[in-house]
Amino acid sequence: MLERGEVANSWRSERWDSLRLLTPNWQSRLPGLSYDGPDPDGYMTIGEVTEFIERFAAVSRAPVRTGTNVTSVRRAGDGYRVTTSHGEFRCQAVVIASGACNQPAVPKFTDAIPESVEQLTPFDYRDPAKLPDGGVLVVGASATGVQLAAEVRRSGRPVTLSVGEHVRLPRTYRGRDVLWWMDASGVWDQRYDEVDDLTRARRLPSPQLVGTPDRTTLDLNALAAMGVQLIGRWAAVRDGRALFSGGLRNVFSLADLKMARLLDTFDEWARTHGRDAEVGPPERLPPTNVPESTRLQLDLGSGEIRSIVWATGFRPEYGWLDVPVVDPRSQLRHDGGVVDSPGMYALGLPVLRRRKSTFIYGIEDDAREVIDLLTRYLAARRRS
Amino acid sequence: MTTVANGVNVQALLDAREVLKGAPEAAQFTWRASSTWQDGVHSTTTIQNYFGLGEEQSHKRESVFDADHPETFAATDNGITPIEYLLVGLASCLTAGVASVAQNRGIQLRSVTSTVEGSHDIRGILGVDSEVRNGFSGIKVTFTIDADASKQDIEALVAQSQKRSAVFDALTNPTDVTVEVA
Ligand SMILES: Cc1cc2nc3c(=O)[nH]c(=O)nc-3n(C[C@H](O)[C@H](O)[C@H](O)COP(=O)(O)OP(=O)(O)OC[C@H]3O[C@@H](n4cnc5c(N)ncnc54)[C@H](O)[C@@H]3O)c2cc1C
Repeated sequence: MLERGEVANSWRSERWDSLRLLTPNWQSRLPGLSYDGPDPDGYMTIGEVTEFIERFAAVSRAPVRTGTNVTSVRRAGDGYRVTTSHGEFRCQAVVIASGACNQPAVPKFTDAIPESVEQLTPFDYRDPAKLPDGGVLVVGASATGVQLAAEVRRSGRPVTLSVGEHVRLPRTYRGRDVLWWMDASGVWDQRYDEVDDLTRARRLPSPQLVGTPDRTTLDLNALAAMGVQLIGRWAAVRDGRALFSGGLRNVFSLADLKMARLLDTFDEWARTHGRDAEVGPPERLPPTNVPESTRLQLDLGSGEIRSIVWATGFRPEYGWLDVPVVDPRSQLRHDGGVVDSPGMYALGLPVLRRRKSTFIYGIEDDAREVIDLLTRYLAARRRS
Repeated sequence: MTTVANGVNVQALLDAREVLKGAPEAAQFTWRASSTWQDGVHSTTTIQNYFGLGEEQSHKRESVFDADHPETFAATDNGITPIEYLLVGLASCLTAGVASVAQNRGIQLRSVTSTVEGSHDIRGILGVDSEVRNGFSGIKVTFTIDADASKQDIEALVAQSQKRSAVFDALTNPTDVTVEVA
């Protein structure tokens, strides 16, 4: 196992200070290691996640070579040659587990933004105190965006949140964590070859969830109540002005409808599986409130906005992968983790084999199946 | 799904989607209109040819659109105002979307009607107040749909039709427009 940094590198170096997992503690589970602390329904801090993964590395005796940066993987003979900062390796099979979120994704028009406005990605952001005073425009309303908008707003700064398509979820539903429902009802186990539109499922943004001790819901209504100004998707920059979509109402409806459909699925599951008695009564959430008026433009030179936080998602980085298996959108071409090159496999990508694939909780089932395919590949090679 | 007949050939659209995934060049269309000034603020615009799927294409017949302004604008009212054409475009695009999505989702439609209202403060175009924009200050579309589906499913049809609508996008997002003198 080659790791350019330390064990749990992404958690040590690529997260902001206040982040807690949005998955509950009991879901922080890796093969042979479960959460055994006093608060199974709580959410781990970064320090706790790092410790948890370190503990897993120790109990699983994972043969990790830290500080070993892979700079190239290329086909050599019937296997691969792996070049690293600590020498070369030859191998018959490769598992790419380099992560789905190596780089923040930002729109193309960032160059057109005046220099007077500071721009940060979630990799630069640590805490609100490091932002310049004054207005902050947070772009993107998925997990990262809603969490940062709330935190920055609490620091007293005026916050505007640019909202595109998003996934709205309540933190708890009928008395249980919404991710308990995702798991128990089987939604999270839905396989990649069962979902209707796999491309779309793989590009689905993260849900508007935050892990806090009081288990609050952090949807757009909650943010609006905190005084966060909601505006449409950022479409373009023209003459120093940011232009936003007028389609905000529709992204609200789409998210409200999808959430209602999901909650219906949960209710249906509880009813047909005789689980109604152990949970609270069905709930319906109020629709997302449409602001009286929404702004379509912001003058970026006026001083109203001092900084922009890009919460527009993340993407993997495969600059080191010298095998033609990356598509023009920089995504790995694979079928359920079997990459389009002999003996090459992947783990930890969105809906790799099931909906839960990118969560810590989701790796176990995927890893088992992918490694099973890998061992069979190696066995078949040995025989021939 | 075969029992639903909304008259939309969804299969052809789904097939096209698959083909165009691998052939982005063929997906490049150019829509064209030619306009001629008649008199006053009256003009006539004709549409017949367009480019798509890698070659010149043609509608079955030419369509002619008169645009003018009403008598309240001291004009001759030979046709609807240009900005009303945007309402035509939006209503017809969303309606087409509702039918297509319904077909794809196996929902039988019985009737789909809509009203579209564009609020317009004409002080903008008259130059009375530079703070007022020239275009619509807002547009409201109201659908009335009778179909074999729950209220929630009907709302989802309408939401999805906006998500896939060319005109909705053109009206809600900025477009780079070039106007030249030949
Ligand atoms: C902001 C954020 C919040 C998240 N919150 C949650 C959550 O609440 N719950 C949850 O379950 N999941 C969450 N996730 C998803 C989380 O990333 C995964 O659950 C988990 O960390 C993925 O582990 P991984 O090992 O697949 O990828 P990563 O953690 O990204 O690990 C990949 C490793 O590969 C190393 N690497 C990459 N390239 C090279 C190279 N060329 N050479 C050598 N080493 C390399 C990296 O240094 C890194 O250590 C979150 C993700 C983000 C970005």
